[in-house]
Amino acid sequence: MLNVIIIIAAILILVILFAIFRVSSLVDVIKGDSSNKIPSSNGLQANLLLLFLIIGLIGGFYYSFGGLEEDFVLPVASKHGVITDNLFWWTMAITGIVFIVTQIFLFGFSWKYQHRENQVAYFYPHNNKLEMVWTIIPAIVLAALVFTGWKAWIDITRESPEGSEVIEIMGYQYAWSVRYPGADNVLGNYDYLKIDATNQMGIDFSDRASFDDFIPREIHVPKGKPVRFNIRARDVIHSVYQPHFRLQMNAVPGMPTQFWFEPTKTTEEMRVETGNPDFQYELVCNKICGQGHFAMRYIIVVDELEDYNEWFKSQEPWLKQNADYLTEVPEKLREVASITVGIENEVWSNVQKGLTNSSSK
Amino acid sequence: MSITDIQITEKLTHGDDHHDDHQEQSFIFKYIFSTDHKTIAKQFLITGIFWAILGGGLSVLFRLQLGFPDMDMGFLQPFLGDWISNSGKLDPEFYLAMITMHGTIMVFFVLTAGLSGTFSNYLIPLQLGARDMASGFMNLLSYWFFFLSSIIMFISMFLSTGPASGGWTIYPPLSALPQAMSGSGMGMTLWLVSMVFFIASTLLGGINYITTVINLRTEGMTFRRMPLTIWAFFITAVLGLLSFPVLVACVLLLVFDRSFGTSFYLSEIFIGGEALPNLGGSPILFQHLFWFLGHPEVYIVILPALGITSEVISTNSRKPIFGYTAMIGSILAIAFLSFIVWAHHMFITGMNPFLGSIFMFLTLIIAIPSAVKAFNYITTLWKGNLVFTPAMLFSIGLVSFFISGGLTGLFLGNAAIDINLHDTYFVVAHFHLVMGSAAFFGLLAGVYHWFPKMFGRMMDEKLGYIHFWLTFVGVYLVFFPLHYIGIAGFPRRYYSFTNFDAFSSFVDLNSFVTVAAFITFGAQFIFLFNFFYNIFKGKKAPINPWNSNTLEWTTPRVPEHGNWPGEIPKVYRWPYDYSKPGAKDDFIPQTIPYHKTEESNTDFENEEGKKERFDN
Repeated sequence: MLNVIIIIAAILILVILFAIFRVSSLVDVIKGDSSNKIPSSNGLQANLLLLFLIIGLIGGFYYSFGGLEEDFVLPVASKHGVITDNLFWWTMAITGIVFIVTQIFLFGFSWKYQHRENQVAYFYPHNNKLEMVWTIIPAIVLAALVFTGWKAWIDITRESPEGSEVIEIMGYQYAWSVRYPGADNVLGNYDYLKIDATNQMGIDFSDRASFDDFIPREIHVPKGKPVRFNIRARDVIHSVYQPHFRLQMNAVPGMPTQFWFEPTKTTEEMRVETGNPDFQYELVCNKICGQGHFAMRYIIVVDELEDYNEWFKSQEPWLKQNADYLTEVPEKLREVASITVGIENEVWSNVQKGLTNSSSK
Repeated sequence: MSITDIQITEKLTHGDDHHDDHQEQSFIFKYIFSTDHKTIAKQFLITGIFWAILGGGLSVLFRLQLGFPDMDMGFLQPFLGDWISNSGKLDPEFYLAMITMHGTIMVFFVLTAGLSGTFSNYLIPLQLGARDMASGFMNLLSYWFFFLSSIIMFISMFLSTGPASGGWTIYPPLSALPQAMSGSGMGMTLWLVSMVFFIASTLLGGINYITTVINLRTEGMTFRRMPLTIWAFFITAVLGLLSFPVLVACVLLLVFDRSFGTSFYLSEIFIGGEALPNLGGSPILFQHLFWFLGHPEVYIVILPALGITSEVISTNSRKPIFGYTAMIGSILAIAFLSFIVWAHHMFITGMNPFLGSIFMFLTLIIAIPSAVKAFNYITTLWKGNLVFTPAMLFSIGLVSFFISGGLTGLFLGNAAIDINLHDTYFVVAHFHLVMGSAAFFGLLAGVYHWFPKMFGRMMDEKLGYIHFWLTFVGVYLVFFPLHYIGIAGFPRRYYSFTNFDAFSSFVDLNSFVTVAAFITFGAQFIFLFNFFYNIFKGKKAPINPWNSNTLEWTTPRVPEHGNWPGEIPKVYRWPYDYSKPGAKDDFIPQTIPYHKTEESNTDFENEEGKKERFDN
């Protein structure tokens, strides 16, 4: 019943609006003077344009300079982020000025030169000097922006420094997997054909460097040390995005990518700075990857260097947690593998038994 | 010149013959399978309006999800069926389908076909003084290919697996593998088929526009006397002709990957519990090919709108457009540069950073001709005698959007800054202003300005003003705040933000944007009423309602097939002689010879006038 009433009300409102429209257009017909081609509300439109300019500017300023509760600018927590933020705000200052000046001219002229009887427009088809000026000045300003941007860009995208922490991040529908190189500081090979329900990252155990690799549940990185992410994807394109670090790089299947940065604030420090005791650095997927795209959250913890080293040492190699995969290690390396990752003899012999059982079947 | 003459006379007699047949044409050939450029333009316009309602409607639906994530959407179940869960939640995959269709529809069907298709078709012959397009039949094919493509895309929205859902840029592997999302199954296939027809339509139209502009200009209509609208349509058609075929190639390789087991874009993929055999392909290759079209495409969208604006602003300022030559130069510069900036969409794809440097440099160069255009518009307003018709207001709105959205392009074109802004709402705000809303305003300005010529009747001015103010303010209220959440790092194409601490604030802001989107969308119904009602009931239009100089206003109130009942008018001057000192009116149409306007001529023009007398 309520729906019917709503529909009837809506129809009535439309009918009333239509009636008002008809009446007003009939009034216009009676008033006549269709020969005048200047709209009757020309002045009103001009005033509205000016009003829009004024309210828009005031609103924009209020909005941009702390009129609202929320803070839109995330605190920056990486070394290169300071540089890109700097560029960002310089660009903001330049474009902000241009924006305000041009909009004032646009709406201001619209208001000032609104149609008046006896006013004649100024026949002004071109002025080469003026046009040169506003071609060259933007060119110079843009050249400065390009140059500073380019310098920052090559600095950010150059090879990661010697001794960076190397961490592998792999995106898949709809989560991230992270692998650390372990005690030998070398990430082992991977092969997508070796991926299965347990070995999610397709670690290749024919490579000795893989034995001590570990896969933690969250990413830890040290403060004040360059960290390099080796990034890949397993199914579709994902994108590793962390706004506080001003860090983003696509994860592309079949084409490993990388991004290196230097964290400057630990999670604890950020908790103090943001006043949020639960603050976490969150890793985000930023390339459409399917229905769970919006839910690929992964925690990054920034530790002081000592804490990080301690955490690093306390991690168990993946192979130790999944001793079954010793069977994928080439036979002559199995003993080495079980010793390096510290697999107990008992477990090892169980695995071997399993092996002989399955082969005898 | 002699060749043109012959063609004109041929056309003339031909056109006149046709003119006589015309009365006997059946309804089907007059209004449906018509070869008349004016009818085809209206067909494009009305199809475009249909798509705009659909595309806009989708955006309002997904704004609902973003603005009010906790809302019970059960009331939509009668329309959306299983896409709404029983607990009243929108399906996340359908959310992606909606944003994909919104993008596809708006970019291709509304702002390419609806804008170029309508106004290139309508204005090129009328403003050049031609009886019709070079090939009426190709023009007819162009519309019907577009129609077919529309039908296929429309059908794809009703599949049980949903339409294409990988974003309008359809990056593989997501779009190549049905295992990755259900929309990449049949929905994607239909998307690809539809786009191939769409491209065929665009190419047929484009060849026609180019040929007509080059060959069918009336006597005296030199390139330097062409209205800027025609310059814009002409260069747009060239852009389309050069870039759309690359999309065909790009799409074709994707079809091969999807259906025939090739590996152009696929490599080392493990999905759905199995490893695929594809090796050696590159998803980045797709992006290069796609954006080789995709970037010119945004200029294909915006240039016609800028052309329309040039005409409307000049006419209603009662002043010549400032810097006519510079305007042409900037169109040419933009067109050329638009082909060599594509990889600025790909700074963080893992592409070689050196390439990134080059494309950053080229991208910021393209800002210069764009800036020149904006300055020239503003200078055209300066010391004018401005008449605020709805078309004029929409043009001013366009310039405002073009500046606002253009400036944010300087952030995104800078690779170092782009690292943090890429694929956030900052990008969404940027392109919705500079290309989406600006081009949409160009479309509306064009409709308000040329409606009297199209239908011989006037649109209602007051409704036009209400429509303008609601839309203009609405668009700013929708897209300006999105910059802020973009700076805060909100990723685009997210179904929900509540999973993340960093993004869970700003709920109010998102609700605000949604409300603004609703108002903006609602305001378009005022336009629809104004448009359709006045086709039939509008006040009869005078021959030249805006006191404009261009040739289309020398035709009868409702031009028949062939456009001019008698001879095609000759052109003696450029189209921007508004408020010329000494002239008795504030406009001198292009058809008035110099020897009749001695009071306002320059010395050079007096010389020309003498030659005209001699010729006659």
